[in-house]
Amino acid sequence: MIERLIALALLWLPAAAGALTIGVLHRADDARLEPRRLALGYLGQPGGTPEAGLRVAVDEAKFQLDAAGIAPKIEVVAVEGAEQARQAAERMARQGAVALVADLPAPWLLAAARAPVTVFNSGDAADALRQQDCRGNLVHTLPSERMRSDALAQWLLARRWSRVLLLRGPTEEDAARAAGVRAALARFRLALVAERPFKLSADPRERALANPLLLTGGVEHDAVWVVDSDGEFARGLPYRTALPRPVVGDGGLAALAWAPNFERFGAPQLARRFQRAHGRPMTAHDWAAWAAGKAVVQAALATGPKTGAPALAAALAAPGFELDGFKGTALSLRPWDRQLRQPMLLTDGLAVVGIAPLEGVLHPRNTLDTLGADAPEKLCPAR
Amino acid sequence: MKLPALALAVLCTAVAAKDSGLVFVTSEKDHALTLIDARTLEVRGTVATCKRPRHLQFLPGREQILVACSDSNAADVIDIASRKSVRRVPMPENPEAFDLSADGKLAYVSVEDDAELAVVDLAAGRIVRRTKVGHEPEGVKLSPDGRRVFVTSEVANMVHVVDAASGAVVKNIAVGKRPRRFAFSADGAELWVSNELDASVSVIDLATLAVKHTLKFEIKGMRASDITPVGLERSRDGRTMFVALGRANHVAFVDIAGKKVERTVLAGKRAWGLALNRDGSRLYVANGLSDDLTVIDVAGGNALKTVPVGRVPYGVLVDD
Repeated sequence: MIERLIALALLWLPAAAGALTIGVLHRADDARLEPRRLALGYLGQPGGTPEAGLRVAVDEAKFQLDAAGIAPKIEVVAVEGAEQARQAAERMARQGAVALVADLPAPWLLAAARAPVTVFNSGDAADALRQQDCRGNLVHTLPSERMRSDALAQWLLARRWSRVLLLRGPTEEDAARAAGVRAALARFRLALVAERPFKLSADPRERALANPLLLTGGVEHDAVWVVDSDGEFARGLPYRTALPRPVVGDGGLAALAWAPNFERFGAPQLARRFQRAHGRPMTAHDWAAWAAGKAVVQAALATGPKTGAPALAAALAAPGFELDGFKGTALSLRPWDRQLRQPMLLTDGLAVVGIAPLEGVLHPRNTLDTLGADAPEKLCPAR
Repeated sequence: MKLPALALAVLCTAVAAKDSGLVFVTSEKDHALTLIDARTLEVRGTVATCKRPRHLQFLPGREQILVACSDSNAADVIDIASRKSVRRVPMPENPEAFDLSADGKLAYVSVEDDAELAVVDLAAGRIVRRTKVGHEPEGVKLSPDGRRVFVTSEVANMVHVVDAASGAVVKNIAVGKRPRRFAFSADGAELWVSNELDASVSVIDLATLAVKHTLKFEIKGMRASDITPVGLERSRDGRTMFVALGRANHVAFVDIAGKKVERTVLAGKRAWGLALNRDGSRLYVANGLSDDLTVIDVAGGNALKTVPVGRVPYGVLVDD
């Protein structure tokens, strides 16, 4: 009798709901997430780890997952460096995780992507990750720096604010991002009238680097574009310019994947779901983690309850794979660099004043590809 | 002698209330209905409602309108004769679309935030049943025999078939991306569903509860991503389905039997809410992004006039 029961139990096992494990990798002691910094709410910076957005995506698919006999499970690991990221990713892949969602610095992310599993990048906008450092199993749901710059450049073009004064911060990241801004200005035939480095300082000897009046004076321009990965300088720049000129970039008007006060295309429902679940507004990084979760769930539903990492990767790469990102149009992955193509929201933190691609900007195949690296550029050798 | 006179007077008011000759348009951002004279196509005024009014329908007798308000968690009963809200019915949180039982006693309401289909007893102002469905339910339609309720889920990309008596989900039918609204074919054999992010309509065979046809829309010079179908309305002769194509700014006239687009008519920006007048000669189109209402001559297939209405017009109801 007992033997029969055991046999029955064994028979039952495969019929039980198929587990769908999704791993989350984030930085331990993330300086960006210190409570005092979070309270300042810098535009375009994260509000938490990818777990929050991922949970909302999985919860909202509960009905379909239940119906398909799929039981989702989220495993969260905080890592302290590239080696730990790789080990954690490889362990989770070995234990059957179908995909990982990661908010990690680029070198850590690339180490994690050595594991044989799809890794969603929801935290780093660096263009290098989509270009020379791209990987076959690395998918980007956070828009690239180039997408952000192209979106703002389109806005300036539509406004005919064509002479741009570029202010650049002191870090290496700022230098790389400023190069992206110059490329966007060239792409949309806008004029760079001057590029000036800035520095946060109250030292009178450094006033030429620190004083907004001096930084923005002495040159004719229509708009100031500020590149400030830290955010403190950019945030205080609007209204402190020498001339009455709008500020765009990391202060003033920013181009982001998401804004919690976006009012169209069902966006308020998603923003409210996130706010309810986590007690804070949904940032662009949260949206990117949510979109990754949405992609995993949708691919898993397409492949069935016994989804493994290879089947899931194949479903993600299938032609016609499209996501509803609550931004009014279906989103899809660019085959040439696996970046999620998507509209960008132009926001000052209070309102969404525009959506890129701007009306009138055209592209031979998909208008969304006027934002970021396009196919003919062939910048990702892994594809 | 006095009593019959009074009765006559009451009767007269009732007659005047009926067939008021007005078109009612909900305005999401003005918290009001805009009233338009169906004959002259002039705006005749507004009626204040609860916050963010969206879907609206006649209550039986056509003397009153029920309008659901997403931000008030309530619906208003609008008296057509007095042009006033005469009663506020509590609704579950964030109600969007609804349908009414034939006797008008029950409202079947999609509850966006809670992923539920709620049944509201309108007289008691109380929720009598809730059914869990996929996230962001939107379109709700009762079958003509009243036995089934169909609900779309914008997130699950499904149509849920719910047994009206028990509240049980009978079947989930996978349709296109972001399904929004419904319309039945005249013989009741087909249910049409608009898929906003698929540039398509799914046609469900009601005998088998399966999708039997998917109609993709194409407009010369536009990409599929620019075509976002929402509103559906069947012509009075039962031959044509009108499909509002959203950001494609057109309304498609589709031959129901042949499942073919016969013509597309230009309307305003994000054409979505649709309603016909009584004889079916005019189609009214709410344009969500241009804050106006396009009036289309159905026989001629052209727009007669576009009337400015309130901010973010959503639903239309014609009482001519």
